[in-house]
Amino acid sequence: MTETASHSLTALASPSSILPKVGLLARLGRNLGRWLASSNPWLNLLGLGGFLILWHLLTTTLKVPLFAKLPGPWETVKEWFSLNPVYGISIFTLEYYQHIGLSCLRVFLAFLLATGLGVPLGLLMGWKKTFSDYSFPLLEILRPIPMLAWVPLAILMWPGRESSIVFLTFLGSFFATLLNSWLGVKSIDEAYFRAAKCLGASESLIFRKIVWPGAMPYVFTGLQISVGYAWFSLVAGEMLAGEFGLGYLIWDSYILVQYPVIVIAMLTLGLVGSISSLLIRSLGNFLIRWKVRESGQ
Amino acid sequence: MTRGGAISVRGATKVYDPDGARVIALDHCSMEIGAGEFCVVVGPSGCGKTTLLNAIAGFHELTAGEIHLNGQLLSSPSQPATPGSDRVVVFQNGALFPWMTIAENVAFGPMAQNKLEPKQAKEAALETLETMGLSLIANDYPGRISSGTRRRAEIARAMACHPQVLLLDEPFRALDALTKTVSHQFLMEVYDRERPTIFFITHDLDEAIFLASRVFVMTTRPATVKKILEVPLPRPRDFRLLASPDCQRLRAECQAAVRAEALKAFSVGERER
Repeated sequence: MTETASHSLTALASPSSILPKVGLLARLGRNLGRWLASSNPWLNLLGLGGFLILWHLLTTTLKVPLFAKLPGPWETVKEWFSLNPVYGISIFTLEYYQHIGLSCLRVFLAFLLATGLGVPLGLLMGWKKTFSDYSFPLLEILRPIPMLAWVPLAILMWPGRESSIVFLTFLGSFFATLLNSWLGVKSIDEAYFRAAKCLGASESLIFRKIVWPGAMPYVFTGLQISVGYAWFSLVAGEMLAGEFGLGYLIWDSYILVQYPVIVIAMLTLGLVGSISSLLIRSLGNFLIRWKVRESGQ
Repeated sequence: MTRGGAISVRGATKVYDPDGARVIALDHCSMEIGAGEFCVVVGPSGCGKTTLLNAIAGFHELTAGEIHLNGQLLSSPSQPATPGSDRVVVFQNGALFPWMTIAENVAFGPMAQNKLEPKQAKEAALETLETMGLSLIANDYPGRISSGTRRRAEIARAMACHPQVLLLDEPFRALDALTKTVSHQFLMEVYDRERPTIFFITHDLDEAIFLASRVFVMTTRPATVKKILEVPLPRPRDFRLLASPDCQRLRAECQAAVRAEALKAFSVGERER
């Protein structure tokens, strides 16, 4: 009886342990392969192509008044991929990559700071009520202040342009990270805390093994939002105080009447922004694979 | 063999007073549970069974009364109990940590109490799972396995701490009838192997009679013990036992007592808290 019972018990378990433990890269590759195998790439291309045709029609063929001053897709692409660009910016010029590199560096630094401060702070606020009692009102007043309102103070506070741009970018992403990390802890079922205490966990173990992994799904949602805010704030900062960077390039090209470069820089921002968001999403999915598996059922 | 702890609840009273509306959940409730006894508590919904369980577990304090474990004071209004690994709870809706594999979940207790190094704890966990016939799911995340298997894994996690008292709050409520009988068998085997004291809450009278050494029937809120039924059926028990006349008689007796309380609760319009 005992033997048959335990046999039937194990038989109920699902055989998912057969699945190989996949790494981050393998996961990326697999997703890419799955995407290519579906009908999606063609629909994606169709959407993009439609947009390009519309853009061309509006700016070049029909010259609709609203769009007449804007560079068309052909003009832009020609400049973007030119060996000898008219306005000095194309994928073959060093300057183009200097702008990209500096913008990326600023976002990276600011995002790192915002994550390094925002996640622990948010987790603590969600975990310990005294901590959130101290900080919540302050947070609620500071959080809604639009990033642009900080510009004068940022310039007054920080010695150079560089640090004030990074500071503005940091502010943009900090609050989203903080708030989502806080919500992440709030979303953890009280039963997990109780269970951990029952099993004899110390406070520090509860933080490491319950608060941190339990809040992870929200934290990564927050990071995705926050990296978007970081790019938004970065461009504003660079337009106002920059010497280099994609935001600066956009504004500078406007003043110098180099319109195709504006569009090149904008599209570059779009691409770089997408890539940064994709990287965070992939890392998140990798770290939260227990959750992906759960919803995958 | 017996390593379960004796629980003595003496005049336990719990009054919730969240916003002036006093709700008396427990009213001078007393019960003596012997070391290694399998005690099942039944009663109308929202009668305060879980309140009593939570007080024993140390999740909240009593308004009046005392709880003793092995003759030592565990909880009183001035000295509330804190949760500890001598009294492990298996939760109503399940509380396996979804971000840990089953083996990591089972290893959590011994590791948290610094009894074992993480590596040893993992090995011990695999052994525990092996004993309990759960080794196939050791490396799965809880989200991947059936709810019945999850409940068994949570019991395994609790037993890995070798608690004196195992507290179960309607652990099999959401399971289908078939999975339930298999889970009963599982719990019985665990009990027969280690003989912890078990405090088991349920609404299912068949389950109560089948598992219990004694069934405590609670009154409607505020809860006290209405009736204690001895279940003198021999162990190990087999599921066919439920069809026996002895069992049927006990069940009828139990049902009569619970029904009377449920009707009272129904007439005053009690709802599940």
